[in-house]
Amino acid sequence: MAIKGTDIVKKLPEGGKKNCKECGLPTCFAFAMKLASGGIVLDKCPYIDPAVKLELEDALSPPIKPVTVGTGSDAVLVGDEQVLYRHEKTFVHQPAIAFMISDDEPESAIEEKTRKLTELKFSWVGKTLKADMLALQYSSGDPAKYQALVKRVSGSVDCPLMLISENTDALLAAHAICAEKKPLLYPVTTDNIEKIISAIKLTPSPAALKAATVEDLVPLVNHLKEAGIEDIFLAPDSGDLKSAIRDETLIRRAALKQNFRPLGYPTVAFPCFMTRDKAREMLLAAMFIIKYAGIIVISHIDEHSLLPLLVQRLNIYTDPRIPMSMEEKVYPINNPDASSPVLITTNWALTYFIVASEIESSKVPSWLCVKEAGGLGVLTAWAAGKFSGDSIAPFIRKSNIEQQVNHRRLIIPGKVARIRHELTEALPDWEIIVGPREANEIPSYLPDLVKSWKS
Amino acid sequence: MEYKAPLETYSGRVKEVVIGKRDKAVKIGGENILPLHYFEGNAANKPKVALEIDDSGAVGWPEWVREPYKDVVSDPVRWAKRCLDLGADLICLRLESTDPQGANTSAEEAAALVKKVVAEVETALIVYGCGDDKKDAEVLSRVAEVCRDENLLLGPAVKENYEPLGRAVADNGHCIIAQTPIDINLEKELNVKLLKQLPPERIVIDPLSSALGYGMEYSFTIMERTKQIGVIHGDFAMQMPIIADLGGECWKTSQAKASREQGILWEGITAMSLLLAGANLLVLRHPDNCRMIKEAIDGKL
Repeated sequence: MAIKGTDIVKKLPEGGKKNCKECGLPTCFAFAMKLASGGIVLDKCPYIDPAVKLELEDALSPPIKPVTVGTGSDAVLVGDEQVLYRHEKTFVHQPAIAFMISDDEPESAIEEKTRKLTELKFSWVGKTLKADMLALQYSSGDPAKYQALVKRVSGSVDCPLMLISENTDALLAAHAICAEKKPLLYPVTTDNIEKIISAIKLTPSPAALKAATVEDLVPLVNHLKEAGIEDIFLAPDSGDLKSAIRDETLIRRAALKQNFRPLGYPTVAFPCFMTRDKAREMLLAAMFIIKYAGIIVISHIDEHSLLPLLVQRLNIYTDPRIPMSMEEKVYPINNPDASSPVLITTNWALTYFIVASEIESSKVPSWLCVKEAGGLGVLTAWAAGKFSGDSIAPFIRKSNIEQQVNHRRLIIPGKVARIRHELTEALPDWEIIVGPREANEIPSYLPDLVKSWKS
Repeated sequence: MEYKAPLETYSGRVKEVVIGKRDKAVKIGGENILPLHYFEGNAANKPKVALEIDDSGAVGWPEWVREPYKDVVSDPVRWAKRCLDLGADLICLRLESTDPQGANTSAEEAAALVKKVVAEVETALIVYGCGDDKKDAEVLSRVAEVCRDENLLLGPAVKENYEPLGRAVADNGHCIIAQTPIDINLEKELNVKLLKQLPPERIVIDPLSSALGYGMEYSFTIMERTKQIGVIHGDFAMQMPIIADLGGECWKTSQAKASREQGILWEGITAMSLLLAGANLLVLRHPDNCRMIKEAIDGKL
């Protein structure tokens, strides 16, 4: 619920009737409209009342504040979300995944987790997926041990850090060690808020507020804001899945639908404190990816549990307004030559990705023709009339495939076996071969087919 | 500025569908809230979890999902009982062998098998055909006749075969699965057509479930929108419960075949996502996921 231009204009000099043009626009009304759409800054108005300026700045700022943890190119930026459901527009800043390390873990585990954060990288449809942060927890009861951990980790990695300690003195001592990295401090509660404020007024760092309920977070946020601190995270102490869904939903709704400023901040979620079981921890993390968390802290780390979580994050944060599609053309796979088989499929990126990777694993050099079909899968494209004999024939003719190969055999997906006849009519010089229904049958299908051609 | 919890209530309500009969009956739907929003309304019936069995011996299932059933996969009745012991709310029987491209079992044989499973297993039954629309119309119509009044959930009914299938389901006292290819307009169109044959309390929507990494976000968003159109906007033609038939899609991915742990999470995270999107009925394969997703449904994971 952003402020409207018509409401802004009333607050401008002389009730919006000064029209001095010094902002570069013809009227105050035009200036107000441009402010509302984010096209100009308030400073352009030389006569604006300072109190009104503050008020408007607040009203014009995003309903969920973008907050950064860490510094440099590895810094994590979350918040600034604009919707409750991805179909309303899109989710924007994917939540950071943080690995938690406790200072009472054995040396080897600490070493391994730190290494895994940088080493565990997965490539997926042309993107690199990885976790983002380390969360260092004080649980040994020995402040020297915790400080040693913080010193060691902050000296050896570039990723953003989160510091977790119920003991405020230990938390602030750790902060002093790595303050230049702008680590996130947790927890800030009614009991330690004054101490935290005085520390981060000196050396600024983002802070995560912990309270039993969403309502109890509000006075804490107001307290920080009065002290001039705006880099805030919310961490309602939800306990189980049911309360977590409630708390995250209420925070997101209050920020977006009620424009309630004290809850307009990203959240931190702790699957690591909700269960000891690895699979359950990942399922909770997956829930928090859908239900609005800004940072998600997990304690179990290995490649087999991390990949599914990172793929889910990618799926949920993919912009639904942009169909993922491939350029219409002929893609060579495994270095094909003039005798290599020719296959055809549609241009949905996932279809392409699956078919191409199966052809790759078949090791048979092949030509894959990807036909423009509105970014749809094979069956849907067929149903929509975008993958029929009439539309495939012109694509084959105008692509350069007839110059590339010395044969005329075209393999179509088994799911559209029914277009074989119409395609034969449209491409009379081509033999149309019905391939497998599922891409995962390609690795057994292609080698046999090529062998039968040779004999 | 005072905080006032932004609670919402909606006028729409998902239809309650009953599958099975008497003490075997399983109820789904009936809620007037968004998925797992237990804090603001009445869930009526919480989502249910079905474990999947087939008539072909779990061919192609990776060893870590075959393992819990390996001694019973050749006997659908014992397999179904094992699934109940492992905590399933109900059973989903897939008539894999009827596929004309495969064993091409006859409608008569398939119907006899379903009848046997119904008679011997103490729960409600979902029956999926092989996915060939012509064969499914033939097989499932025969299943409907042979198992008259057993109130099975039969499908998939698709654009090409909903008329004969809808008639057989309506005439013999069963419920139907309306399946469309991840497209909300086609989904509503098929619902409207089926509503001419059956009451909404006998229809379950299957918008197709894609696996994590293979288009899951499309299934997620279609389910989320369907639920909101039904509950928030009160569209009568979109108020049927949703089935997420996701186990098979997940376990055929190379990622699920790579390791036990990754396979379980591939299915588990897909299930968690589609549960949050609004699925009322989830069809899974691994018993660990049956257990964990049921905990999630109870809000206590």
